[in-house]
Amino acid sequence: MPDIVVKTEDVVKEYRMGSNVLRALDGINIEIERGEYISLMGPSGSGKSTLFNMIGALDQPTEGQVYIDSQNMSHLSQRQIAAFRCHRVGYIFQSYNLLPVRSAHGNVTLPMIFAGIPEKQRNEKAEELLARVGLGDRMYHLPDELSGGQRQRVAIARALANDPSIILADEPTANLDTITGREIIDLIKQLNNEQGVTVISATHDLKMLDVSDRIVDIRDGLVERIRNRDEIEIEVGEVGGE
Amino acid sequence: MNQRAPIEEQIDLPFVESLRISFQSLKIRFGRSIITTAGITLGIAFLVSVWTNNEIGIALQESGRQSTINTFEETTEKGISTKDIWLIVMSLIVCVVGIANSMLMAVTERFREIGTMKCLGALDGFVVRLFLLESGFQGFSGALIGALLGTLGAVLLGLKDYGLDLFFYFPLLPSRPEDGPMQLGVIVVILLGCVLGMILAVIGSSFPAWRAAKLPPAEAMRTEV
Repeated sequence: MPDIVVKTEDVVKEYRMGSNVLRALDGINIEIERGEYISLMGPSGSGKSTLFNMIGALDQPTEGQVYIDSQNMSHLSQRQIAAFRCHRVGYIFQSYNLLPVRSAHGNVTLPMIFAGIPEKQRNEKAEELLARVGLGDRMYHLPDELSGGQRQRVAIARALANDPSIILADEPTANLDTITGREIIDLIKQLNNEQGVTVISATHDLKMLDVSDRIVDIRDGLVERIRNRDEIEIEVGEVGGE
Repeated sequence: MNQRAPIEEQIDLPFVESLRISFQSLKIRFGRSIITTAGITLGIAFLVSVWTNNEIGIALQESGRQSTINTFEETTEKGISTKDIWLIVMSLIVCVVGIANSMLMAVTERFREIGTMKCLGALDGFVVRLFLLESGFQGFSGALIGALLGTLGAVLLGLKDYGLDLFFYFPLLPSRPEDGPMQLGVIVVILLGCVLGMILAVIGSSFPAWRAAKLPPAEAMRTEV
């Protein structure tokens, strides 16, 4: 029996824009297994970022349920949601979302401060994580003093701070050049392989295809199709051969 | 990684931790903090200078030494003119609006930061507390500087009007002349200015901070300024 880490049931999200109602998600049903690398693909406006927000408890669905580790997210208290974001999920965003007032090291320690980890321990862990993402020599630089790729590495280190079971990455390579983007994808894939962390990534970067176990194509707020790795490899071969 | 365990409750952070984070934020954003604080300083300086000027005017009239260049023609027997009242009310309004505006701007440009902190596990209350501490400190220091500048301005103006007599009858402490209105004295005016600046700064920032903290993080991070 597969170990399901994320499950959505008929998830609907509507946004009210003046008198218009925009249906961003129109009943999404997906199941994600522990340790999988999933890419949510689709053009902009397809609803993939909205779905990403629902899975990460960054927003609430208008209708339907999201289950994570068999917990119904809509039944959680404010404190439980905060603890969930703090311990269970690591977020990586397109625009990095580092706190500009804190150094790389300060950004990585923040989730550990929220988790109540003692100072000495969290400083050591931050150093270890930053070294692992290749920023051992730039730990005390402010985000403004780092390149895009370096900022995204800080964000990855920060996402790993509290040993989450899920990494949620929203267009992590969209602001990066091809080579840097590739490096970031490889780093995320490496974490997926080595630590067995589940990776859920919203993307329309084709480089993400060949590292994904499954690809969920989202279109107009619905799951269009779900492709497995073996199907993907064939398609990547075709793309590469053109 | 006890992944399958039920989701626990988020803990509260020690106060020292909030204090440290908010001071660090003020220190690194020093330039921006100064601009916000300057808004408070100006508002309070204006208010305190008008107020102190008025106190000085009353004190010297009470002492029987009328200004040689008394511009307040409508001065009543009790020494307070409608013009003075208007000036104080107007400066109070300018002060309130100016400070509220500075704080609103300062918080609104940090909505994304608030959303990010919530993604990392911050409780709503923690976010609000951070802003409360930051703005309280900014409000107090800005208002103190403003109150001192305002007093200095009023003293210089008084010197021009009354000459050195000003210092003999300087209304430093509260007093209640037999036939006159209650006088607060300059010290009380300065204190009131500081308290007012701090309260306005805290209200002006905690209201938008509270609103941002209540938003789902996705929405807070979407907000463009």
